[in-house]
Amino acid sequence: MSVGGKPWLQPHWDWHVAVNFLTGGAGSGLILVAAGGALAGQALALPAWIGLLLVAGGLAQVSLHLGRPWRGLSVLVNPGTSWMAREAWVAGPLLGVTALAALFDSAVLGLLAGLLGVAFLYCQARILKESRGIPAWREPHIVPLLVATGLTEGLALYLLVALGAGWNAVLVPAGAVLLAALVVRFITWRGYRNALQGNAPQAALAVLNRADGPFTGVGHAVPFLLLLVAAGVPSAQLPLAALAALAALLAGWGLKFAIVTRAGYNQGFAIMHTPARGAGTGGVGSKPGW
Amino acid sequence: MTRYVMVADLERCVGCQTCTASCKHTNATAPGVQWRKVLDMEVGDYPDVRRAFVPVGCMHCADPPCMHVCPSTATKQRADGLVTIDYDLCIGCTYCAVACPYQARYMVEEPAQAYRKGSMRSEQQREDPARLGVAQKCTFCSDRIDYGAEHGLTPGIDPEATPACVNSCIASALQFGDIEDPQSNVSQLLATHKHFRMHEELGTEPGFYYLWENQ
Repeated sequence: MSVGGKPWLQPHWDWHVAVNFLTGGAGSGLILVAAGGALAGQALALPAWIGLLLVAGGLAQVSLHLGRPWRGLSVLVNPGTSWMAREAWVAGPLLGVTALAALFDSAVLGLLAGLLGVAFLYCQARILKESRGIPAWREPHIVPLLVATGLTEGLALYLLVALGAGWNAVLVPAGAVLLAALVVRFITWRGYRNALQGNAPQAALAVLNRADGPFTGVGHAVPFLLLLVAAGVPSAQLPLAALAALAALLAGWGLKFAIVTRAGYNQGFAIMHTPARGAGTGGVGSKPGW
Repeated sequence: MTRYVMVADLERCVGCQTCTASCKHTNATAPGVQWRKVLDMEVGDYPDVRRAFVPVGCMHCADPPCMHVCPSTATKQRADGLVTIDYDLCIGCTYCAVACPYQARYMVEEPAQAYRKGSMRSEQQREDPARLGVAQKCTFCSDRIDYGAEHGLTPGIDPEATPACVNSCIASALQFGDIEDPQSNVSQLLATHKHFRMHEELGTEPGFYYLWENQ
């Protein structure tokens, strides 16, 4: 009989929690981008409301996952060391200020909401990083990856909103910033994967290896090419930009979903030595699954 | 200062799982929940194969990641090193469970017994509804340690003040005591045996030592 030596997929955080990382990241990223757009004179309300709904929806979803949801406000008790508590502390002001900014279409409040959005995004990234029982999450490179992913998703959503609302003036600058964000996200993804080699269970690495193709191809190469083509073919600009934004958004969500729900293999067990038996001596250790 | 730790002598452990059964009996944990269990690990390839039985559970780390991430301060650390969970504060977010590198934490949502026909006597007496929907783990039988402190007993020496798994061990492979006391049973064992702690590279300073060879 062999019991539990190898790492196994953590059973505690399922899709309920993953959704918070998906919508919270994209929503907070969108609020920041919307604040940037407002400073440039663009309307703030529509993207701000969408960002707010995404963040609030993610938090509502994750609250359903709590074992004792009616004690939910206790999540605020320990901001001294817990990034989950810090996320909760930032979430309230983020939602409130974003709502006020959207109501009054205020660029100044929008800027404050954008900064709170960055803080919220950073808290989310640190929540995963402090999960020291899960090697694929605790790798420090996950922080820039999640921040870059959230901002890229926010940009992609903003581009979609701009396309839907007919804000033609922002299409070119938003597309250009999205191009740059794709490059940054790709670099952070490579950095994360390189850092993880040899530092995570084989099963977790296999999940990320499988995610690499779709994330790099659909999430980066395709939108990059579509945006470049859109720049040169004005007649097809709108559908190409929409497709590019959609691909960048969905690939980011797909990657985060995979990291939370499928790459979350735990540490497993290990021994540094096997014991001496009888008059013999001890032997080498074992770290199954690594 | 007192710092309670557990010592598992891998040379002695025979993998009988009596400690596992004893823990379940004492704490009436639900099916699938094992605050204490013994891994059966095979190392190497035929014909050079070795086998080790490795007791695991909460390591009561000196720097417990579960406590740092807990948003509600339900997880705390006592002065004697024991890591505790306040079931009345825990919100059941299971952040502690993914922060623990020893897979020591569980959460049970619904009451569950070992047999379909109803609760065993141990379950009737010791099942704790406060444990539903919150994180749970090995307590190092803190209630027994506290009882010992109140009655002048020595944890690890006097059975009434010693964790149930240690009391039940048929090979005396599991030992418990104060590592800050150089005369204690655990200090003496660590002084006379080569030892390691699991996943020490993660910096959690676990309070669970494994002996693997005499000095």
